[in-house]
Amino acid sequence: MPEYTLRLRRYDPESGEAAYWEDHTVELEGHRSVLEGILKVKADEDGSIGIRCSCRAAICGSCGVRINGKPGLACHTHLEAAAKHGAGTGWNPPDEGQATPIIEVEPMGNMPVVKDLIVDMDAVHWKKVRRVTPWLINKEPIPEREYIVPHENMVDVTQTMACIQCGACVSDCLSMEVDPGFIGPAALAKAYRFVGDPRDAQQKERLVDLSEDPHGIYDCTHCFNCIDACPKGVAPMSQIMRLRRVASADYEIEDRNNGYRHEHAFVDNIRKNGLLHEADLLPDSYGGKFHPRAAPELISSLPVITKALVRRKVTPTGALLHKHRKEYKGLREYFDTIEKHEKRYELNLYISGYEDDAEGAETAPEVGVAGSSGQPSAPGADPHKSDPSEGGGV
Amino acid sequence: MKVAYWPGCVSRGFTPELHGSMAAVAPLLDIELIELDRAACCGAGVIAEHNQELADTLNARTFALAQQTDGELMMNICSTCQGAQSECQERLDANTEYRQHINEHLTGEGLSYERGITNKNFLWLLVEEIGLDELRNRVRRPLSGLKVGPFYGCYIVRPTPRLGIDEEHPRDRYLHQVIEALGGTVIDYAGVYKCCGFPIITMNKEASLKMAGRHLGDALDAEADCLVVPCPLCHLNLDLQQPLAEKTAGRELGMPVLHLPQLVGLALGLEPKDLGMGRHVVKPTSVIDWSTAVVAGAPA
Repeated sequence: MPEYTLRLRRYDPESGEAAYWEDHTVELEGHRSVLEGILKVKADEDGSIGIRCSCRAAICGSCGVRINGKPGLACHTHLEAAAKHGAGTGWNPPDEGQATPIIEVEPMGNMPVVKDLIVDMDAVHWKKVRRVTPWLINKEPIPEREYIVPHENMVDVTQTMACIQCGACVSDCLSMEVDPGFIGPAALAKAYRFVGDPRDAQQKERLVDLSEDPHGIYDCTHCFNCIDACPKGVAPMSQIMRLRRVASADYEIEDRNNGYRHEHAFVDNIRKNGLLHEADLLPDSYGGKFHPRAAPELISSLPVITKALVRRKVTPTGALLHKHRKEYKGLREYFDTIEKHEKRYELNLYISGYEDDAEGAETAPEVGVAGSSGQPSAPGADPHKSDPSEGGGV
Repeated sequence: MKVAYWPGCVSRGFTPELHGSMAAVAPLLDIELIELDRAACCGAGVIAEHNQELADTLNARTFALAQQTDGELMMNICSTCQGAQSECQERLDANTEYRQHINEHLTGEGLSYERGITNKNFLWLLVEEIGLDELRNRVRRPLSGLKVGPFYGCYIVRPTPRLGIDEEHPRDRYLHQVIEALGGTVIDYAGVYKCCGFPIITMNKEASLKMAGRHLGDALDAEADCLVVPCPLCHLNLDLQQPLAEKTAGRELGMPVLHLPQLVGLALGLEPKDLGMGRHVVKPTSVIDWSTAVVAGAPA
């Protein structure tokens, strides 16, 4: 039977000692999980090792840890898969010459450690989830019988409903790393679960609330870490983008972090120029060169602007007078035609799958549209063509 | 090899030295660049956030323009373009119905995107098309003694499956491999795969500059001479904004940040000046001094 070295991060706040690494060797089949390895060490060698777990089947979300630098569920990671890569991020080969493969297991990040591999989920994760009012606020009057939700709306929130609250996305959120106030990926994915539910009475109020928060939906930095971290395919970052889309396009909510203005400034910039003209984007994101909001920003950026001019990174004429190139003249039509549509046309691959993918092929691809009434991505309701789920061209 | 070349916006805007250094390096690697000069901005994720159909249409149009050339594949020099375009391509390639719908928008220009374009960042092209051995053969001035910290950023390494990263294509090790092939020393530090902070610079400046300051500081503590980035947006936050990041971090940084073609060009024998290194906000003094020392020490 193969042997593995489990290198566990140990820490006991009551001991007064700093955290340290401790190696244990286990003999187990490669298809057994990292959690089974840890529990074996705990049973055979050291009962004081702290790890939280329950279902052992990737359903309860209790055993979130970092394995070789990457967040995930200990019960959902095979020993042989974990051993294939050395410690750290990336496809590191295991260290040469090591007698048995080393698997590093440490507690998740962005949350305080209670003991060893157990983090304080209350202090961060659950606090953030509570922040977004994680329950349905019924529309009045409540129907006498069941409330029938259209299929496409239910499918739309399916992806966020897959969340098991393990905290893996919170662990590696790079915005939270520098800004612990950020509501974060798990809670915002949960927020979309209700924003996308037609039974909820407070869609707009929820979005206004998230936009008023200085650490709200526009604090996400697009790093994709949460998408890679999630063991359930929730893609929290994609849900944050959908929150932004509904807030901005359906309700035109101007947030306090310039997110709405930045998005519009960016899109207008490309519509006009074809290519991004950076010198306009910054002031336009604050409301335009002459807007009172822009002045302090431009002043605080003066040292940078001056240096860029001195180093000829930017020329004054290039920055102020840019030519509208004729090659891009026709481009506006794309913007005008597509933005004129009453409904947004979207494809959610989580729902539709891939045509060539054996599993996906069994599911009829569903092309979604997003309603201007704030029910984005309603699969199977293509406004331009027949229902693609009925086999149109696939 | 001939490639349909998409330089992106920023390499022709606020980081002109990137476009220039790519043009200087290409002939030394026998890459013929067919520039896509009618293609539009990839949307950098912001247009997709605003309207998915619009972003997918703009990028389908770029792919269609690339397919009209006789290039073997499409090449970009911006991770953000790579990430945003890969996302659009994933949807376009996954579903015929959807692709046809998007292609209908392009009929006015007589364009149509055919499923399955190969679009590679210069970094991927270096390793997968040119090959590390060939690259080693072409090195004229090995980067011996130069300690380089790789900074991948986000869009070129995540999400892992979409960017085709697997055991056969360890694309999240390519910067390491290229630095070594050029004769340099790789410096590992905490920020290698982290975010530069650029996407939130107008939304949460403090958090954005904290990110940049922290990674630059970590690289400095690990004794890197410079960083290398495959993304001009990372370059904006790490180089252009470095004076502000220093204030936020409360320490002097002075960390030079090189674009990938600049680092390659240096090893292929080009001079720092010809690679536009004078245009950086943080003057890459350590790199220039290193190249001067190498030239002075070379046998006559």
